[in-house]
Amino acid sequence: MNVFDILGPVMIGPSSSHTAGAARIGLVTRALLGKTPVKAHIFLHGSFAKTYKGHGTDKALVAGILGMQTDDERIRFSLDVAKKEGLEIQIETGELEDTHPNTAEITLTAADGEKVSLRGSSIGGGNILITRVNGMEVALTGQNPALIVLHKDAPGTIAAVTELMAEYGVNICNFHLARETKGGLAVMTIESDSHFVPELNEKINRLENIYSSTMLERV
Amino acid sequence: MESLLEAAKENNCRLSALVLEQQAEQMELPKQEIYKKMRENYRVMASCIQPGSAPDLKSTSGLTGGDAYRMRTAVEQGKNLTGPLLGGALYRALAVSELNASMGRIVAAPTAGSCGIVPAAVLTMQEQYQLTEEECVMSLFTASAVGMVIANNASLAGAQGGCQAECGSASAMAAAAIVELAGGTPDMIQSAVATALKNILGLVCDPVAGLVEIPCIKRNASGVAGAFVAAELALAGIRSAIPADEVIWTMKKVGDVMPTALKETAEGGLAATPTGRKLHQQVFGEMK
Repeated sequence: MNVFDILGPVMIGPSSSHTAGAARIGLVTRALLGKTPVKAHIFLHGSFAKTYKGHGTDKALVAGILGMQTDDERIRFSLDVAKKEGLEIQIETGELEDTHPNTAEITLTAADGEKVSLRGSSIGGGNILITRVNGMEVALTGQNPALIVLHKDAPGTIAAVTELMAEYGVNICNFHLARETKGGLAVMTIESDSHFVPELNEKINRLENIYSSTMLERV
Repeated sequence: MESLLEAAKENNCRLSALVLEQQAEQMELPKQEIYKKMRENYRVMASCIQPGSAPDLKSTSGLTGGDAYRMRTAVEQGKNLTGPLLGGALYRALAVSELNASMGRIVAAPTAGSCGIVPAAVLTMQEQYQLTEEECVMSLFTASAVGMVIANNASLAGAQGGCQAECGSASAMAAAAIVELAGGTPDMIQSAVATALKNILGLVCDPVAGLVEIPCIKRNASGVAGAFVAAELALAGIRSAIPADEVIWTMKKVGDVMPTALKETAEGGLAATPTGRKLHQQVFGEMK
């Protein structure tokens, strides 16, 4: 955390948790998909579910999904922009277990059928925490450049990835690992103090047992 | 809070200078660059006052707008009860808050719901005491440091801690900035932070129709007034009996036991009054 997480961001009102934080959750989801979505399914929980209409949380999430930053004056018109750009939106409300009151689950689908789903919470002051990607536990703040690596749970996989990072002089500031079953699908989320170069990401993508590695810039 | 203030005392420097130093180290950026970014925040804050106190300003819901204009007019005509310092702080807090409600561009400080308090305190100090922009920008580092301590030990979200976590934190941050701008000591900052938080402890988050308007906008005005009260007491040498760190801890505990209905869900408090419900219906066309 730094001073600009407290005084900042410069944003469009009316609520940092329900507008700016929501836009950032949308931005991360869009970045993870890595292409233009044609469909967005948004599930809202807790205070998000109860007050989204009043705070414009739906507009902010959609704005993020469309790639708008938190200080973009078009946020208030994002639903119209989505219609124009051919993004189909479904919004549902309900209850999730053991999660922050300001939480959204977003599933984006691209034109080629590729999907990404994510659970993110807006934890105050526009700050966010992504807790799930494609159903698996992660811990991502969006405050640092990050890599999200889907891989097979096999010995030496983490070492191979971190060795490459060391080679490129990348310092890890946050590391999180989760897996479905032993030997099954696993996900590493790695946050760094410095930028990842695309070349490093390509090399990680070519490693044995890696299904995909996605680079996420600070949002 | 304690350790931060001790460090400032040890180095015999202002809290803001210490915070800037530490941040530069942590973010691995030159101090000048961090200062410039904070200056940009301060300039955005200042740019909110004019549009925020326009006579015809209306929020998106149509429920609020125009109150900053009313307060500003009273102050500028010399008709307000408490003079240009408090009156100036009140209209500025309303202006930034009302601009936020109309989906304008503001700086979260620490949140959007409480965005009027810190700018109102610092901009009013600048005007009343002819302070330099640099002094004002530096005081924002002190305010941020207080916010970081609260974020680490309690919460800044109304949904988690009620309004005490939003306007309360902003009020404590503003109080610290005011004390520094007035030349107070680190001990005075600690007392001002503690007092500002104590006086707003337990305040619930109960927005009518779930919008950051009623009662949030007026709570920004009261938040900056509370910051001046806390700063004034501290500067007179009045110590808080309970240290700031323990008050922050208390705020977390109070927030934890606060019912969900009073934490930004628009189900209790003023949101559940007959008028609150009527306004909800007026905005959304349905009864809550």
